[in-house]
Amino acid sequence: MRKITYAEALSEGLVQSMERDPSIFVTGIAVDYPSGIFGTTTEAYKRFGRARVFESPAMENALTGIAIGAAAMGKRPVLAHPRNDFMFLAFDQLINMAAKWKYMFNGNAGTVPFVSRAVIGKGWGQGATHSQSLQSVLAHFPGLTVLMPTLPEDAKALTIAALQHDGPVIILEHRTLYGTEGEVSEDFVPAPIGKARVVREGTDITVVGTSLMTLEAMRASEELERQGVSVEVVDLRSIRPLDEETILKSVAKTGHLIVADTSWELCGVSSEIAALVAEKGFKSLKAPVKRIALANCPAPVSFELEQAFYPKASTIAKAALATLGVAKSDLGLIDVEDNFKGPY
Amino acid sequence: MPKINKFRREELKVKIEFDSSEIDDGHLIELHKLLLKVRHAEENLASRYREQQMRTPTHFGTGQEAVAVGVCAALNDDDVIFSHHRCHNHYLAKGGKVYELAAELYGRADGCSGGRGGSVHLTDREKGIVATSAILGETPAVAAGAALSFQMDGLRNVSVTFFGEGAMDEGAIYEVFNFASLKGLPILFVCENNLYATESPLWVRQPQGTELCERAAAFKIPSFCIDGNDVAEVHAATTSIVEYLRAGNGPVFLECMTYRWREHVGPMFDHELNRTYRTQHEVEFWMDKCPVKRSAAKLLAKGIATQEQLEMWQATTDANIKDDIARAAIAPWPAVSTLFEHI
Ligand SMILES: Cc1ncc(C[n+]2csc(CCOP(=O)(O)OP(=O)(O)O)c2C)c(N)n1
Repeated sequence: MRKITYAEALSEGLVQSMERDPSIFVTGIAVDYPSGIFGTTTEAYKRFGRARVFESPAMENALTGIAIGAAAMGKRPVLAHPRNDFMFLAFDQLINMAAKWKYMFNGNAGTVPFVSRAVIGKGWGQGATHSQSLQSVLAHFPGLTVLMPTLPEDAKALTIAALQHDGPVIILEHRTLYGTEGEVSEDFVPAPIGKARVVREGTDITVVGTSLMTLEAMRASEELERQGVSVEVVDLRSIRPLDEETILKSVAKTGHLIVADTSWELCGVSSEIAALVAEKGFKSLKAPVKRIALANCPAPVSFELEQAFYPKASTIAKAALATLGVAKSDLGLIDVEDNFKGPY
Repeated sequence: MPKINKFRREELKVKIEFDSSEIDDGHLIELHKLLLKVRHAEENLASRYREQQMRTPTHFGTGQEAVAVGVCAALNDDDVIFSHHRCHNHYLAKGGKVYELAAELYGRADGCSGGRGGSVHLTDREKGIVATSAILGETPAVAAGAALSFQMDGLRNVSVTFFGEGAMDEGAIYEVFNFASLKGLPILFVCENNLYATESPLWVRQPQGTELCERAAAFKIPSFCIDGNDVAEVHAATTSIVEYLRAGNGPVFLECMTYRWREHVGPMFDHELNRTYRTQHEVEFWMDKCPVKRSAAKLLAKGIATQEQLEMWQATTDANIKDDIARAAIAPWPAVSTLFEHI
């Protein structure tokens, strides 16, 4: 199968969906620029023009409300935020309105299907307000669907699924993933929403990862395999709904669990998975669950501090060895260099 | 009553002109009957509300009926409205059913939102009542989204959003003004200026000399301030504005000066509770400007209706409403098994 990048996969999922569904339109800051959201909206703009792909002023809250109103009238807006941190300004509309629309009107006001794409930043001094990872705050609220595709294949397939879903969907995309390549089908096939994916099978320990941390877990597991440790990596893909079954099944098989998330620990996705396994899979556990998350401070800018702030493959590998009680050996150079490039 | 400011009216390329004396007799009667429906529904609901069986914070719109009726009577079923916490008037004026409103307040399955929404979350898609929400400044954006959709589809429908002048203190509304103006959306912003937000008078919230119309006009939105207690004035203005909107000329802002009689939330009068943020004298001054009384006086003066007719319409409306509310009070509860439906 051909290989394309994550960015190309997102773009292809969008374009193919737009071809089939004329109610889809795209808006947000700079979506009709040549660089449109890291190149992911450029092709849609070329194909469908400004009637369906148009920039909006910086107005995150109102724009989300506008997406809701348009959706209520039968449109399927795609709303893109170049950084998910800007979405804080949209929380009123996202949470008070979109998430509850179906429920509080008892289904009588129809549905508000829209997709809000938002980018998680990291590295190159993105700092405290351009690097946050909002999945747990968003997933807290019934009524929102929160997706985090990791593999290019899922970037496309989950975009397609989101654009067919009947409620509001947030897709969080990690800036670092855009350039990653993978096999992606040319077909128009949605991925199931709410299903985790076992991206690597193993028998000794389970690592449940979100977004970029799944890739870090894959890197870690390759090295660990050389050291005789077999790791099963589960990519969460969907935070709400959460695929409890796949997680519990994997832990039942390996007896050990590490959760690696792109956000902080407290009240985070990693806490949620740990709690899930404590509640429903406790008997499978042969050792305490280990959470891997951001250092417990806002993201610093300075390169030295930034390096210490983000967990990486070696962090996961070390945690896996500790959890399994295996003596530490040299992990080699498993961490990839931070490939994030400026200026944005 | 502050002076009426027909702001920017003369500067428009396409004139929006209106004269309430041109409304024909039959239409005036319809407006009056609609006023009665709204007034009597609110009055009956307010007296029932005191029984503590309607467990939902309720903002009554008594005194402000002319805005809802004047505007909604100028719309078609497929024009859409959005409203805020004080939304009963708008819901009823646009065709919402008294029974479904009352059942919603009682939390019953027959409520327009199945008893899950309450007083501030009303809907009736068939009548073009899309959504209401209590968060200030929220629905204007959603209404703009509906207008955007109409525009993209080349439809001539219009979208109307009702809000209080308190929403003009929120930032979100200025984002919406900018976008609606930028895109030339077919949306009417109806600001019901009742001079208070909860218990805060305008003067503690806005710089002295503030004209809300000027704020909207700063976004190049044609803006008018009218007497919101005169149903004919509101209706004439809206009829012209809707025509202007349908022709694709872009958004309009309509400030309607009016007054709320009852407390901010709840069925009581402030003086009953010894609240001091406004005087009983001030309330009575505005009760003299009662939209229903003014409309009735006009019908009599024009010789369109007799006193007996007026009383008969009032009596039948009231009786029907009482009946609807009584039925709603004993309608079935939603089954607990439906708790997780429609997430
Ligand atoms: C965002 C937000 N902040 C505060 C409130 C609390 N609140 C409810 S109604 C109200 C005053 C509204 O005044 P106005 O918009 O003038 O409408 P009115 O009640 O006078 O009809 C306030 C502050 C709210 N609902 N939403």
